[in-house]
Amino acid sequence: MADPEQIERLRALARSIRRHDIQMVHRARLGHIGGEMSAIDILTTLYFAVLHIDPQQPNMPDRDRFILSKGHSAAALYTTLAHAGFFALDMLQTFMQPLSRLNGHPDRNKVAGVETNTGPLGHGLPVAVGAALASKLQDATWRVFVLTGDGELQEGSNWEAAMAGAHYQLDNLTVIVDRNRLQQGAGTEETMQLEPLADKWRAFGWSVTELNGHDYGQLLDTFARLPFEQGKPNCIIAHTHKGQGISFMQDKAAWHHKVPNAEELAMALAELEG
Amino acid sequence: MTQLYDCRDAFTDTLIELAQQDPRIVAVVNDSVGSSKLNQFGKTFPKRLINVGIAEQNMVGVGAGLANGGLIPFVSGAAPFLTGRALEQIKADVAYSNQNVKLCGMSPGLAYGELGPTHHSIEDLAWLRAIANMTIIVPADSVETAQAINVAASTYGPMFIRVSRMPVPIVHNDSYRFQIGKAAQLRDGGDVTIIATGVLVWRALAAADLLAAEGVQARVLNMSTIRPLDVEAVLAAAADTGRIVTIEEHSVVGGLGSAVAEVVVTHQPVPMRILGVPGVFAPTGSAEWLLEHFGLTAQGICAAARELVGV
Repeated sequence: MADPEQIERLRALARSIRRHDIQMVHRARLGHIGGEMSAIDILTTLYFAVLHIDPQQPNMPDRDRFILSKGHSAAALYTTLAHAGFFALDMLQTFMQPLSRLNGHPDRNKVAGVETNTGPLGHGLPVAVGAALASKLQDATWRVFVLTGDGELQEGSNWEAAMAGAHYQLDNLTVIVDRNRLQQGAGTEETMQLEPLADKWRAFGWSVTELNGHDYGQLLDTFARLPFEQGKPNCIIAHTHKGQGISFMQDKAAWHHKVPNAEELAMALAELEG
Repeated sequence: MTQLYDCRDAFTDTLIELAQQDPRIVAVVNDSVGSSKLNQFGKTFPKRLINVGIAEQNMVGVGAGLANGGLIPFVSGAAPFLTGRALEQIKADVAYSNQNVKLCGMSPGLAYGELGPTHHSIEDLAWLRAIANMTIIVPADSVETAQAINVAASTYGPMFIRVSRMPVPIVHNDSYRFQIGKAAQLRDGGDVTIIATGVLVWRALAAADLLAAEGVQARVLNMSTIRPLDVEAVLAAAADTGRIVTIEEHSVVGGLGSAVAEVVVTHQPVPMRILGVPGVFAPTGSAEWLLEHFGLTAQGICAAARELVGV
């Protein structure tokens, strides 16, 4: 069972990450708040309790790799990386400003801690499969984690990669699906049905677990069980809420890439005081 | 009779030699083991031949991931599918991410002849030339193919290398050393320059022989790097000979001819002729027949050169 003190520490970090994220998006007048809020508890758990990484050596060869396949949630990754010490929190203020290193989608050549440049959807999992294979081929122990959106799973490239992950028995690979059930304009199920999603991953040869993606205890316990089965890649379907943590954004498709005005920002920050 | 060689043999022999010296070398294929001639590689290094099945998007993404993990992947598949199907992966995962992936486009151009336009790769140079941070190499013979594969393994960065299946003679002598971004001048002449690439280079040399018999002296450049282009060699050709004919196994839109013209019109305008596939889907015919059909022959080059010289 997860340690209550650790859970409280993660909760405080996630609150700060959410506050920075929403302020960045407000300042830039651009961003994808809804899907960032749904992913932040997962990112916080990974970066502060799971990943073997060293912010002072971002290219350390035996680091665990984390790939944000839903690259439009870049602000959430940047705030997390800054909190983890990969770069100064001050840099977050440059988000999407001219010549900033913090583009609207992450660039590994400009931002320490980014593994691959994402943005177009369905790119993260194939790259993660390649990285996990590289670890196996070199008899290394480092692992690969990839966070995908749920709507993103409509891209066929994911299922090419899913086949390969199982074929190569990549039990060092974990995909986390941010299952917030909303895509840009509407629900995933009305746009293009994903269910039965867990069965799809199982049919492709993955070992699947479902959890509440905002419950640190469940996240910690689940990551501690990896690999779920020897010789099988791992899939965690994390049930989440778009806009989690900010009541008036929660589960609203409109907040996919809506920008909060000054009043909404103040309300959101007040809710995130904790 | 001049001996002809399949450049894929040089590709695979070189890759096996490299893999013996460097454990980071791996090959990634889309079920194209036979057509990439990688059977022997697979027998020698069974774990290092990664066959992702018929899935080009995943193949290129996996290549980028292997590079992220410290390996040097040679991602090999039929050029039309490797470039066309996985173009966004090539742009985002390889070029923009600056991953050390070597994309090997097998049987490019018109090599698949009778199989038709779906299998012709006459757009690949245009597509990839428009992508920043992408080096594009089109070797002329098996000597240059072997050297290009060696250079690719020892030079960091995203690269696309065409590897032809069309049997061609050797055009380079033993002292030749391939360098990225450097054209090879195979013959000098003052009346016109023929800039050729890939398996058409030997035809440019044959054309220069025919022209010499008519009193026209042609310089012949093998432009084996399409990007970055050897601008210096192009400008010298324009200045010294005043006329340029380009020839490529590719559409006339966006390939070698376009690259040369972009330099010539902005720096040293001279009359040019661009020989290639003239913006059409090819009719049915063998590769050799199609080259004849589109005038991509020594005679075709001579006709274009005569027109420019005015003889």
